[in-house]
Formats: sequence, structure tokens, C-alpha cells
Amino acid sequence: MATGYQFFHRHILDIGHLSADDIDHILNTAESLKEISDRSIKKVPTLRGKTIVNLFFEPSTRTRLSFEIAAKRMSGDTFNISASTSSATKGETLIDTARNIQAMRPDIIIMRHSFSGAPYMLTKYVDAAVINAGDGTHEHPSQALLDLMTVREHKGLLANLKVAIIGDIAHSRVAHSNISGFTKMGAQVFVHGPSTFIPVGLSQLGATVCSSLREAVQDADVVMTLRIQKERQNDPLLPSFREYAEQYGITSERASWAKPDALIMHPGPINRGIELMPDVADSSQSVILDQVTNGVAVRMALLYLVLSSEV
Amino acid sequence: MNTKSLLIRNGRIIDPANRVDQQGDLLVQDGCIAEPGGTLPADVREIDAAGCWVVPGLIDMHVHLREPGEEYKEDILSGTRAAAAGGFTGVACMPNTKPVNDCRAVTLMILQLAVKGDARVYPVGAISKNSDGTSLAEIGEMRQAGIVAVSDDGLPVRDSQLMRRAMEYSDDFGLVVISHSEEPSLSQGVMNEGVVSTRLGLRGIPTAAESIMVYREIALAEYTGKRVHIAHVSTAMSTDLIRSAKARGVRVTAETTPHYFTLTDEAVEGYNTNAKMNPPLRAEEDRQAIRLGLSDGTFDAIATDHAPHSILEKEVEFDLAMNGIIGLETSLPLSLALVRDGVIDEKRLVELMSLNPATILGLKAGTLSLGAVADITVINPDRAFCYSEDQVVSKSKNSPFLGWNLLGRAVYTIMGGRITHEIR
Ligand SMILES: [Zn+2]
Repeated sequence: MATGYQFFHRHILDIGHLSADDIDHILNTAESLKEISDRSIKKVPTLRGKTIVNLFFEPSTRTRLSFEIAAKRMSGDTFNISASTSSATKGETLIDTARNIQAMRPDIIIMRHSFSGAPYMLTKYVDAAVINAGDGTHEHPSQALLDLMTVREHKGLLANLKVAIIGDIAHSRVAHSNISGFTKMGAQVFVHGPSTFIPVGLSQLGATVCSSLREAVQDADVVMTLRIQKERQNDPLLPSFREYAEQYGITSERASWAKPDALIMHPGPINRGIELMPDVADSSQSVILDQVTNGVAVRMALLYLVLSSEV
Repeated sequence: MNTKSLLIRNGRIIDPANRVDQQGDLLVQDGCIAEPGGTLPADVREIDAAGCWVVPGLIDMHVHLREPGEEYKEDILSGTRAAAAGGFTGVACMPNTKPVNDCRAVTLMILQLAVKGDARVYPVGAISKNSDGTSLAEIGEMRQAGIVAVSDDGLPVRDSQLMRRAMEYSDDFGLVVISHSEEPSLSQGVMNEGVVSTRLGLRGIPTAAESIMVYREIALAEYTGKRVHIAHVSTAMSTDLIRSAKARGVRVTAETTPHYFTLTDEAVEGYNTNAKMNPPLRAEEDRQAIRLGLSDGTFDAIATDHAPHSILEKEVEFDLAMNGIIGLETSLPLSLALVRDGVIDEKRLVELMSLNPATILGLKAGTLSLGAVADITVINPDRAFCYSEDQVVSKSKNSPFLGWNLLGRAVYTIMGGRITHEIR
């Protein structure tokens, strides 16, 4: 990292706006904060007196919990607004919701929304820092950062690794953020899945689309599978989960095409036996639970960094 | 600003219908084009048109005026004011109002409201009752009331048999069917399908959604021998289909819009809802193909698809934003850029924006012939302006061109001898 480097991002909306230096800095910060979670008293005063709102328009247990724990470990005051209690169901517009929350002077708003781009819109109406916790089929930057952290932790570096991402690339915000993040850090991303799951223009975004599962997984350092859905809004994507498992599911045999020390990853929750076979998910190569642990550290880093980059 | 007589002096008169492109004066008397020379009437007002083009009044054959029913977005008076400000003396308004213009009563009401407007309003009637795509509207009676074409615009006609019958039946009344070409099952997205939609995580609409329907309309027109006009063409493939159909002698005409030849789907970046319309902004290859189609005669008209929406419908999540942008005030400057870029010449510009729309719709307009009604636009091609929000004449401000520095505009718009817009 260049000397004189300064992290300056008021909001974390996507990976695209972060530089490789920014990502390194976030991961370094996360690594230094990680040990807090191993202490017997898991609390530092960093965010004392700061108000952090979890604004979730889409159900989520894992991500919301992870952000909440991250904030609490840094002594932030957290408040959860979920879709069921939020005004969205009462027909209030996003702008009105945003203005109402802003009136309560939060420092950070963590937002999940089913529409791509909603967090961008939020930034126009609030003074608080905004962290995107997943927007539609667009991005999920904190997930990609925790994936990068997990891989870096195990492999020591990210450059020149072969990363295979298998499954529904088109509708996965995790895949989008990871393609952006891994390629930015110098890794090679190979994707595979049924063509109904491969969006237009992936190669222009830096990923290599493979014509076979074997081509994608062969000698990979990382094999990441994605949660799949059979259909979306009148869009018939797959004949059956059974056939998907048969054709694309990661079995131990298929996992063995990768390097012997390859990491098996999944953003969760897993459809066991569909995209990932249970023995592979639970194998010694699986770092799925490390991803969850690192999620807290990465989110602590993000909360800390967005507030410290205040002008 | 009512003036009995006008003498427009020293302009470059471009009148393709009469094969005229020359410096000269144009005299307007009693609302009609008169012979210059001889003694001038005492009350004549002189307009100095030096450095300007004097052309037949521009006609936009595809606008949404929103009245009746959605006057908070636009009404006939505000829409025709915007038209005049953009150099238009006539606009054809689509029938997707509330209620739909599917009967004589609504047509007459629109025409009645338009009497006080600053541009001529040519109503387009619905193809089907309530534009619901099931049975034919009373096209003959609407014709008598004053419609100039039929369309279910805003929606595609899903039923191919209904479209065939519409082409056959409308032709008996001398009306063209205007097709909003879109295959609905393929067009459930919110922007063009491509690398930008992938990057933004927005659901895409493939170009095939348009081209499939364009080809259906061509097949029906070719089979029946009747006319069809393809609205707002956005793709390279549609352009190719229309070009080859024309070469075979199919009675097909087509329009495209300034946004398709100016912008690409990159304009959606940042989730800009003012770049959301249907059909969506396409890729650069499509934009180039549209420009080629304008230069080689594949397209007959430039129309705007002027679609006003209030901020309530645009300042929302991209997925929820309504489709459409306003266009009347930016159409001419954006089209003048085509002339500067060498895509089309001045004569072709006037054909695309005045003569051809008049011909397609069967209007007595689009020429500066002696005795013709004096619908005239005086264009200063070098007049620069910034299209800022406070300048917008339309009731709605949903334009992707806000803040653009534009070159060339109408300095006088004259409808039937009345000056409806002027800039000094
Ligand atoms: Zn339309």
C-alpha cells in the first residue's frame, strides 16, 4: 500500500467503488479487530455513543445478526427495523422512511433491500453513512469482503489464485460482488452454471465463463457454490433441483478436480444435497464457518472505517 | 402575439415537399403562406431570420399528453406549450389516457381542449376497446371525430389475429396502425439486457423482445398488403428487419426517438430513473444502427415518445419507477446534432421531423406551399442553451438531458400565422 494512503469512503455501497488498496486496508483492519471476538470480554469502546440502524426490507437472519454483533462488540447502539415492522408495508415511500430515520440522527444505516440500487437512493436523503447489506441482485459488498478475508487468511494472498464460482451467477449479488472483488485483487475468476444462470456481459466484468464444470473447477484454489432457486417470477430457470444436483452439484469427486488444498466456500444458507453435497460442506477443506466468523470482523472494520472517514 | 401578417426575412427556406432549399423571404397572410413581393400589408411584422432555417412546422407523431385523467403529469395546454417551445406546431397524442381514447366522445373532448393549445393536436385512437387487446374499438366513428391513426401504445397487441384485423379494418378508413412492438413474456425487465444490467443487478429486456414483434407486424402487413407504422424503434435488429421489409415493398414505416440515437444503457448508471423507458436505452451497437437507419432512409420519422411523469413516479427505487421521459423540448437540438455529425442533411431532417410524419398520418401539413396553412418553425442552428430544470416548459421534468448544453433550437414557432413561441 502506498504511503500516505487514506481510506475515504463515507458509504460502502458496492465493491466497484473500492480500490485494491481500500480492500487491503479493510481486510487488515478486520484482521486486527478479529481478536476482539476471541476475548472473554468481547467489547471495545470504539463506537460508543454511535447509533447504528439496521434497516432491513428483506428478511435476513445471518447478515443482520452479523452486523448487530459487530456493532455491539464496538459498543455501538443498534436498532433493528425489519420489513414486517417498517413502513414499507404501509405504503410509505423509501424517501419518507429515509427522512424519518434521518430525523432521529443515526450515524450509520445498514440497509438491505430487494431492489437493486436502493442504498444509492438512500444516500441522497440521509446524512448517515450507508452500508449496503445486499440490494436486489446487485451487490453484497460485506459478503465479498469476508470471502476475500477468509481466502487471504488461508492462502496468504489473493493474487493469481484460481477462484471457481458455480451456480446462479445471474441472480446472485454475492457472485457479483465477489467477481468484482477477486478480480480487483488479481485473482482469476471462473464461473460455471446452466446458461439460464449466466448473465450477459460477464467476461466484460472480468470473469471467465467456462463451458464445463470441470473446466471451472480444475486446479482451482477456491470453489465457491451459490444458493440456487428454481424459478423467479415466471422465469423458468431449471427443470428441477434434482437435475441441478446431478449436473452441477459439488460432490466430493467433483471437488477433487480442484487443488488438494482448495477451499470450499458457500455464502449460506446452503441447500444441502443440491448445490453442495453434505460431505463436501463438512469436509476439512470447507471454510464455511470461517466465513461466518470473519463476517463479524469485516463488518466491525466497515463500521469503524466509515465513521473514521468522516470529514 | 397575434399578428395578422408576418414577413420572415432572409432565412434559409427548406421545404422538401417543394424541393426548395434557398435563401429568401416568406410571407404569411391570414394564417396562410402567401406570395412575397408586391405591397406589404400595413400591419406586417418582420422577423429577421438571417442565419436561421425556415422550415415547415415540426410534427411529433408520438407524444403522451396525459389529458384526460393524469393532468398532474401534463395536460393538453402544458403539453402543447412544451411542443411550441421545442419548435413543434403539431403533435399526435397516444390514446393511453384515463379513460382511453377508444371512442368518439374522448376524441372530441381532446380536440375541444386543444382548441386553446399552442400546437395542433392530432389524436390517435385506440386499436381495441380500453386498449385491452380483445376487440376492435369503433375506429370508423373515431375517424369521423378526427383521429389520425390507431394504436394501443403503451402496450403491445398480444393477439396476432386482432392486429391483423386492425390493419385490415383501419386501412378502409385510410388510417395507419401504429405498433408498440414488444413481446411481453420477454420484456419483464426494467432496462436493456447487457453488461450494464448485469453490473447494476437490474433485470434486463433483451433486444429480441422488440424484434420479434416488429417481425410479426411486418409479416402481417406483408400478408395483408396493409400499412403498419413501427413506433419508437430501439434496436439494430428491428432496424434491419424494417430495412429489408421496405426493400421487398412492404407498406411499413417507422420512427425512432432522439434518446435512442443519442444515449445508451450506460445512462442508467447510478440507477437514474430518468433513463428508464420502454423500450429501454440499448447498447452502442444499437445506437449506431439507429443512426445508420436514419441516414439510409429506413426511418421515416423522428418522434419523441414524450412521456411526462411526476417526481412521485420517478423519485423511487429504479424497479418501481415508471417508464418514459419527456422529449418535446430537446428533440430538435438533439436531431440537429445528427446534421452536424453528418448522419443526415438539413433536407432529411425536415422530412423526418415534419413532412414524413404529416404524410404517414395523412395531415395537410409539412409543407410551405403557397396557400398552405402557415405552420412554420424558424430554427437557429447555432443558438446554444443549457436545458436546465427551471427552463422546462412541460409540467413534468423527467428528462435525462437536464443540465445538457444543447446547440440549436427553434427561435420562432408559428401555428396558422400565430407565433406560439419566440426567443429573441
Ligand atoms: Zn409505446
